[in-house]
Amino acid sequence: MRSTKMVEMPTYRWPRGARTGLWFLLIALLCVPFADLEVSSLDPWTDLGRLLQGFISPQMMDLEIVIEALLATLAFAFGGVSLAVVCGFLLALAFHHPLMRGICALMRSVHELFWALIFLQFFGLHPLTGLLAIAVPYSGIFARMFAEILDQVPKQPGYSLPARSGYLSALFYTRLPLAWPHLVSYTSYRLECGIRSSAILGFVGLPTLGYYLESSFSQGYYPEVAALLILFYVLVATKKLWLRRWTLPVFIVGAPFFMGEGMPIIWGNVWRFFSQDIVPAPLRASDPTWQSFADWSSNILLEQALPGIWNTLILSQIALAVTGIFALCLFPLISRHCFSAAGRMPGHLLLVIARSTPEYLLAYILLQLLGPSMLPAVIALAIHNGALIGYLTGRNSNEIQLRHDAPVRRFDRYCYELLPRTYPAFLSFMLYRWEVIMRETAILGILGIQTIGFFVDSAIQEIRFDVALLLILIAAIMNIMVDIIARRIQQKVSS
Amino acid sequence: MSVLTIQSDGLGYDGQTVLEPFRLDIRSGEHLILLGKSGCGKSTLLNHIYTENRDECALIPQGLGLVDRLSVFHNVYMGRLSHHSVFHNLRNLVMPAEARVAEIVPLLERLGLSDKCFSAVADLSGGQQQRVAVARALYQGASVLLADEPVSALDGPEADRVMSLLGQHFTTAIITLHDVERALRYGQRIIAIQDGALVLDEPAARLSVSTLNAFY
Repeated sequence: MRSTKMVEMPTYRWPRGARTGLWFLLIALLCVPFADLEVSSLDPWTDLGRLLQGFISPQMMDLEIVIEALLATLAFAFGGVSLAVVCGFLLALAFHHPLMRGICALMRSVHELFWALIFLQFFGLHPLTGLLAIAVPYSGIFARMFAEILDQVPKQPGYSLPARSGYLSALFYTRLPLAWPHLVSYTSYRLECGIRSSAILGFVGLPTLGYYLESSFSQGYYPEVAALLILFYVLVATKKLWLRRWTLPVFIVGAPFFMGEGMPIIWGNVWRFFSQDIVPAPLRASDPTWQSFADWSSNILLEQALPGIWNTLILSQIALAVTGIFALCLFPLISRHCFSAAGRMPGHLLLVIARSTPEYLLAYILLQLLGPSMLPAVIALAIHNGALIGYLTGRNSNEIQLRHDAPVRRFDRYCYELLPRTYPAFLSFMLYRWEVIMRETAILGILGIQTIGFFVDSAIQEIRFDVALLLILIAAIMNIMVDIIARRIQQKVSS
Repeated sequence: MSVLTIQSDGLGYDGQTVLEPFRLDIRSGEHLILLGKSGCGKSTLLNHIYTENRDECALIPQGLGLVDRLSVFHNVYMGRLSHHSVFHNLRNLVMPAEARVAEIVPLLERLGLSDKCFSAVADLSGGQQQRVAVARALYQGASVLLADEPVSALDGPEADRVMSLLGQHFTTAIITLHDVERALRYGQRIIAIQDGALVLDEPAARLSVSTLNAFY
């Protein structure tokens, strides 16, 4: 018999985090019609096949060159990162000042390749270019992270110090030792990023791995490409073996000796860069007028900045959504609640390879294979970032203790236990990564996709550094804004 | 007739023995209460029974095992995930099926949670969360209940209501409690654990509060 009493049906609303995720997905879908996602190369599969064949029979190029490139890659990474650790730590101590925070935000919102392009204009191919290209943005990154880590140490030990202990003594006796393990682990993670950045600097001419990768690739020597890539993976994967407490000083002290000779710095160029090149063109004229300046800037804004911004936004929103989907599909592969220890091995291998390949390199390879469009860029960004976030989310899921009567079927377990429990962490990784993806999207323009980097690169080739610098500044402001929005969303979701 | 025979040649973890070898027969219709100091091995015994007899048992673990980002409804529904297809489960996660809501709302009403159906478990008080775990066990529809301190976060009258609800619903139950009086009120058979052994196994009718207090 059916009960005649009407049970009032409550209405269900999705949790806030899920709604946030769906909004991002919706925005990405709305972006798709505006994106050029075409495969324009005639026969991508043949080239891909040849590349994969290269991996089966990799072929080392001249061993001396390879070793030199490897050492240069490490040298720029260690030199740049150690310089950044020192500067970043000092900046972190003053990070509470709004002006300092602004300067750090600007430093880290300009991609290391953009920094390299700037320094190249006045230092030329001097080791200082590569060193600073890493050190400047990384200082900004370290400043923020170190400041956050130092803020999170327990306050009690500091309070219980005797009065007038002094700022520095208090720092060295309480906050620093308390924060030390976190500082070390974050620095070690960043060092890995530094090795990737350093490899990529080869694409603008520095003597690191990227330089040789590009030259082998452009000549179609796939076995050489494969050998260099394998070497790079081995280098990153064995970091724990060669990077020990006692080898670290050796690397840091040795770094300056392996950055290559480069070209001597012409100081006249440096002076000219600041006094003439970067001064907006109309102001350089003998009788600068407001009219000419307004024409100049509106011209750049309409013809270069706006299309650049538009394409950067479109591409990065699509890439962000695909990254999220990839990460959610990949993380169960390394979750102990889904697979046995042996079953997780292939997942770990896949994620290690995907996340240690820099997105710029992936995009370069995919562009050669698929032809110039946004598609290879989306795939490249999603593979690298999806694997990284998938790895972090998977690690997070391994900390979960499931109850004894957790769902038995893997898919039920994923939907009802793992996904809801890891989702908040996943979302905050994604929000943090949003800015990184945007920064990376801008830079992929150098490869020919019409994001803001494309216009920066063309301006530099036309020797219009004033335009290039203005565009870089616009890209930086975009990144800072995305960072602010991401933090707002994060606060809302976690409140 | 015994529904469950539990045998073990010693239980423990990390090489430490928590419970000595034992054999335990549980008859159908029996409501059994486990007593003993905290850390004496009650939970270990309960989890052992559960892993050996997953199919017949509903479990209320001490940590409750709720997914606190999901709604009360979804947490309760999890008791029957295995009764439905993966597709239905997925659909119900995204859009709660009306039929499932109609099944679960009356259950929540009996536990005083009807207004919390679609609230996230994280927003509930400790006592409310415990009742969600109880609702999940009730909804599962198994014949044997294994409950580890199922009313520890509830106040007196509330705890009694939940205990009698569990008593009516499950034909057979094994429940750990630390409240001796309540154990005598709801248990038919009482087992006490001390120093890694089952030291007492008697019908509740033959026991008194003072005899049981000796085990604390």
